[in-house]
Amino acid sequence: MKIDLERISWVDVFLWVFRIAAFAAIVVGIYNTLSAGRYTSEQWVTLIFSGLAQGSIYALIALGYTLVYGILLMINFAHGDIYMAGAFTAVFLAESFAKTGFLAAHPFMALTILALVAGGVSLGLAVLVERIAYRPLRDAPRLVPLITAIGASFAIEYTFRGLYGPGFHAYPPVPALSGSIPIGNFEVPTVQIVVLVAAIVLMAGLYVLVERTKIGKAMRAVSEDKEVARLMGIDIDRIIVFTFAVGGFLAGVAGVFNGLFRPQGVYFFMGFIPGIKAFTAAVLGGIGNVPGAMLGGILLGVIEALGPNLFLEGLGIPAANQLKDAIAFTVLVLILIFRPQGIFGERLAEKKA
Amino acid sequence: MSKRIFAVLSLLMIVSMVLAACGGGKQAYECTDPIGCVDIAPGDPIHIAYMLTVTGSTAFLGEDSKGAIEIAINDRGGELLGHPIVLTGEDSGCSADGGQTAATKIASDPTIVGVIGTNCSSAATAALPTISQAGLVMISPSNTAPALTDPNGTWQPGYFRACHNDKFQGKVAADFAYNELGARTAATIHDGSPYADQLQQVFADRFKELGGTVTFQGAINVGDTDMRSVLTSAAADKPDVLYFPIFEPEGDFIVAQSSEIAGLENTILMGADGLLADSFPENAGPNADGMYLSGPYVSGASYDEFLKKWADQIGGKPPSGFHAFAYDGTNMLFDAIEKVAVVEEDGTVHIPRQALRDAMTNIENYNGLTGTLTCTQYGDCATGQALGIFKITKAEIEDGKWPPDVVWTP
Repeated sequence: MKIDLERISWVDVFLWVFRIAAFAAIVVGIYNTLSAGRYTSEQWVTLIFSGLAQGSIYALIALGYTLVYGILLMINFAHGDIYMAGAFTAVFLAESFAKTGFLAAHPFMALTILALVAGGVSLGLAVLVERIAYRPLRDAPRLVPLITAIGASFAIEYTFRGLYGPGFHAYPPVPALSGSIPIGNFEVPTVQIVVLVAAIVLMAGLYVLVERTKIGKAMRAVSEDKEVARLMGIDIDRIIVFTFAVGGFLAGVAGVFNGLFRPQGVYFFMGFIPGIKAFTAAVLGGIGNVPGAMLGGILLGVIEALGPNLFLEGLGIPAANQLKDAIAFTVLVLILIFRPQGIFGERLAEKKA
Repeated sequence: MSKRIFAVLSLLMIVSMVLAACGGGKQAYECTDPIGCVDIAPGDPIHIAYMLTVTGSTAFLGEDSKGAIEIAINDRGGELLGHPIVLTGEDSGCSADGGQTAATKIASDPTIVGVIGTNCSSAATAALPTISQAGLVMISPSNTAPALTDPNGTWQPGYFRACHNDKFQGKVAADFAYNELGARTAATIHDGSPYADQLQQVFADRFKELGGTVTFQGAINVGDTDMRSVLTSAAADKPDVLYFPIFEPEGDFIVAQSSEIAGLENTILMGADGLLADSFPENAGPNADGMYLSGPYVSGASYDEFLKKWADQIGGKPPSGFHAFAYDGTNMLFDAIEKVAVVEEDGTVHIPRQALRDAMTNIENYNGLTGTLTCTQYGDCATGQALGIFKITKAEIEDGKWPPDVVWTP
């Protein structure tokens, strides 16, 4: 590689110093923590697996962001609330399943019904939001749908607050998923494995849908170039609605998975933070890129789970656990500085922007 | 220009004074109170405001206090000094910005005599400067953070509380953990709120004083859902007791996720009055079985009578543990108003604001539901006797039994 010394600006120098400092801080943090030996390997494994399960939930939500971005080049900031809608609706069904004993007797069937109901509600809502809030603004400047999305987000939140009240709900415990599975020498809670596996199956399904089916091909065509796709006889509106529907369904199912993994805290505002985290995950993987969102989600979940104990404690930061969200958003800032296109993303400058 | 206005104004003033002097033989009341008076014309109501958390996840606290205030008003037939009592309210939430907003609204209404509130110490800390500036009296049924009645802390004139200071609660919790449970190591988790942070600190200090070791004092954020990392930090030293004086839903997550973490198998979980909510055991799930909560505990014949009134007037049982303090606080405020109010022949009532504050400060040996209350110069009225340790069992988690049984009192 040839370096032209005259073209290195102070900004480049600063960024390199920053990169090295960030890297050094992480390495020092990890080294200090591990050499202090405060935690057992069992505890690290617990954190990693809870991070994987959490990450797979982020990934499912992130797919909704990335699919919509791929096609419309807009960030659907109401997506976190679409996730909430499914999770919040299904919690009532789950409660009645638990009361009647259906959940204990036929856990697989009950959970499938729950996932379908939550997915269905979220799907319907996503399509509705697209129809009401985004389609009329399809040709408006890019800032306009972004602001509409924030409005849609509040509208959904407070509609659900009105419908179901401001209180907290919890998913009932599923007897079939309690207990743990031995992996090597370690015990991992069954529910985390189930969530991880189910999420991977769904993501594989989505991958096949996008890459191997006719409608997937149409989606890719629309994402490549809307006008040319229209000339080729593709019904753009249909494809956009379908994209929102798929994203909404995945978010709703993620809501049920979240209810299994972490039953408490189901309420009207629950979608906000996971929504932003999933957006971070989508950017991390490369927004607009489907495998990128999957990997980004899982990676973010693990970084977040390990972060406070692994990096921050080693650096001697007090109350490291309060900085959990800060870790996720620092990842977002770092990725925007050093690799704005994300892990798998392509340079937008060359293609779309 | 301004000279002319001044002249006109002074002329008007002189004329009005002359007119006032001539008007009938009646001596007009002159307000000499340094921070003003509330004047209530005949037939007008005496206006009391509440500032409680009545929506959201901590609504159980607000409902608990509000019901007790209503019962206290009904006990007086809805009247004070021949004037009807009007109760209006603001939702202060359980946050600093909620407290600030509610305080601004209340301070802008000059008819308000006194405020009952807030529930959360965070809301009180933010509301207090505004409320105090407005010359109001504010009495809280459930602010327990020590700094609120500390002149070097966030105390402001006009502030009182009918509930215990957490200096008492932290001590009771630490005594129970050390002496009754036999714990020698403890870890604490708070959520950054003044209530939780100060309470866990009192607990930790007392626990060390007794001879125990505090292995970890961690913190989470309000709104966090994944507690595994903080629990892992706490688990590293395998503490005998984990004390987390926080609220729902963060407390639910800690209880539910605690069983996944290696190292916490033999740790006894302990919460505080923030989790003394009827929805907590069910939401937290099976891991809550056998855990303890420190919190207000009131008993006696007059309290049973109060519970009967609650069942008749509000229905069911109070959702939290601070209703008795709200009832006592409201009555103390009414008594103080009666004491300082100047009543004219035609029924007009004048309430001097500074005198009302002084009357509250001078409350001595007030016989309330929660014991014998004597207010200090800095607004601490409770004795700290009305505290106990509750134990959550399967009955609360599965069958909705409420409140839980008290297993220990100091």
